[in-house]
Amino acid sequence: MKCDRCDNEATVHEVNIIDGQKTEVHLCQECAQELGIVAKPTTNISELLTKMVTNPASAGRSSSAAAPVCESCGTTFARIRKTGLLGCSDCYRVFEQELNSLLERAHEGGTHHIGKIPRRAGGEIDQQYQILRLRKQLQEAISAEEYERAANLRDRLRTTENVEKDAPARQPRQAVESDPAEDDPA
Amino acid sequence: MIDTDLQFADGDWMGGGGPACDVVISSRVRLARNIAGYPFVAKASTQQRQEIVALVARCAPKWADGMVWVDLSAAPSLDRTLLVERRLISRNHAKGSKPRGVAFTRDESVSVMVNEEDHLRIQVLQPGLQLHETYERIDRVDDEVESEIDYSFSNRFGYLTACPTNVGTGIRVSVMLHLPALRLRGEIEKVRRAVKDMQLALRGFHGEGTEATGDFYQLSNQTTLGRSEREILGDFVDGVIPSVVEYEHRAREALLAKRRVFLEDQVFRAWGLLTSARLLDADETLQLLSLIRLGSCLGLIESVDPIAVRSLLLLTQPAHLQRIVGKRLDQAGRRIARAELVRERLAGNP
Repeated sequence: MKCDRCDNEATVHEVNIIDGQKTEVHLCQECAQELGIVAKPTTNISELLTKMVTNPASAGRSSSAAAPVCESCGTTFARIRKTGLLGCSDCYRVFEQELNSLLERAHEGGTHHIGKIPRRAGGEIDQQYQILRLRKQLQEAISAEEYERAANLRDRLRTTENVEKDAPARQPRQAVESDPAEDDPA
Repeated sequence: MIDTDLQFADGDWMGGGGPACDVVISSRVRLARNIAGYPFVAKASTQQRQEIVALVARCAPKWADGMVWVDLSAAPSLDRTLLVERRLISRNHAKGSKPRGVAFTRDESVSVMVNEEDHLRIQVLQPGLQLHETYERIDRVDDEVESEIDYSFSNRFGYLTACPTNVGTGIRVSVMLHLPALRLRGEIEKVRRAVKDMQLALRGFHGEGTEATGDFYQLSNQTTLGRSEREILGDFVDGVIPSVVEYEHRAREALLAKRRVFLEDQVFRAWGLLTSARLLDADETLQLLSLIRLGSCLGLIESVDPIAVRSLLLLTQPAHLQRIVGKRLDQAGRRIARAELVRERLAGNP
């Protein structure tokens, strides 16, 4: 199939259904990049974010009148698209679905926090905790047959385990009372 | 007269020694943090912003062995520009009239911007390549801040930030590099491509959204979610920085070995201009000082005082220049004053 804009072979196919009206777009990689439908491999993050938030179709969701509103600060996803900014902490929960693909792309596949944890939330950087968390995510990725993500996690697990081995003994710290990984969506 | 009360100590971040300082000007780590119970800055009311400002202004004297507080909504515009030029606040933070401020230590190594894009942007800036030390320091300051303030944090997303590109660790690691030999040999594009492949950003002298001036480049991380602070630091310390430093060293050696006359010509032309010109633009000055810095690092101009060159990089910027002269100057006036200052500071050299 030829690209809608030039004579190259179309490799990017987009189907939009808005109000029951189906439209199809077939583009070559280059034209798709130009239109911001697929990101350039070397696109910088802010460019990517701008495209994602200004072009809802590329975020995998079309805009709808029933878009959720954050009850805490009144921010809508349309507003986030426009400004690139969330209104408050609760927006992360309210718009979690909308943010998923954006975050994954903006952070090279990163979907869950790994790193420092405020003491009040259960302690400082805890390598053991990170290892447990990574193992859990690795299992999830394997079960979901997401092998690329699994390979990534496996590499990270190895790095973390090596850091733990090399690290000097740490002061005993407050135990994590509940497993925060439970909050992670499977 | 000029309306500034800000006093700065001599110790500035710019090339004040440190490891690998012939190529690495400075190491910086910034953490984006928000306070639980408040909407992010853009959604916060003036009252809420004021409460945050008051909270930090009250706590700042206790943090990092004592920080001074500057209320930016009340500060004269020249003061705000001085703070931008000294890397203590961002250009955006210098604008606007809503309650906001900055706390910083007397030596300017630690600063906390309040009500920029996030409630708090903690920064540690140190000369040369010392990222691990810089991170250890900011980690301690972060703990001190957290002992007074509850951060917005989620188990899944980590430290919550207004912009989702900062969420997770909220960390931005930036290294300021001086790469004149790579530019003279036309190899900057190679570096730019290599770092892009590593999802790092190569920016200009003045940070985000600026072009490189005077061969000074800022290299920073883009991703903050899904990798730990130490992994992100590791990309710099064990990977990209030693490589870029080595490329620059090799380019300098190659220039010395194969194109010494060309190199000397570049350096001494810059010297000639700086010590003779009657009008100097800010960017032109930076470009010429860059070549003098290279000449000084390579021992081509031995009698030049590296400290004079280093301080001129800062003092020739618009707000600093006006502060030295003691009066407000338009652009044309600044060009004259800049040329005078440079001639005076470099006088007595070859």
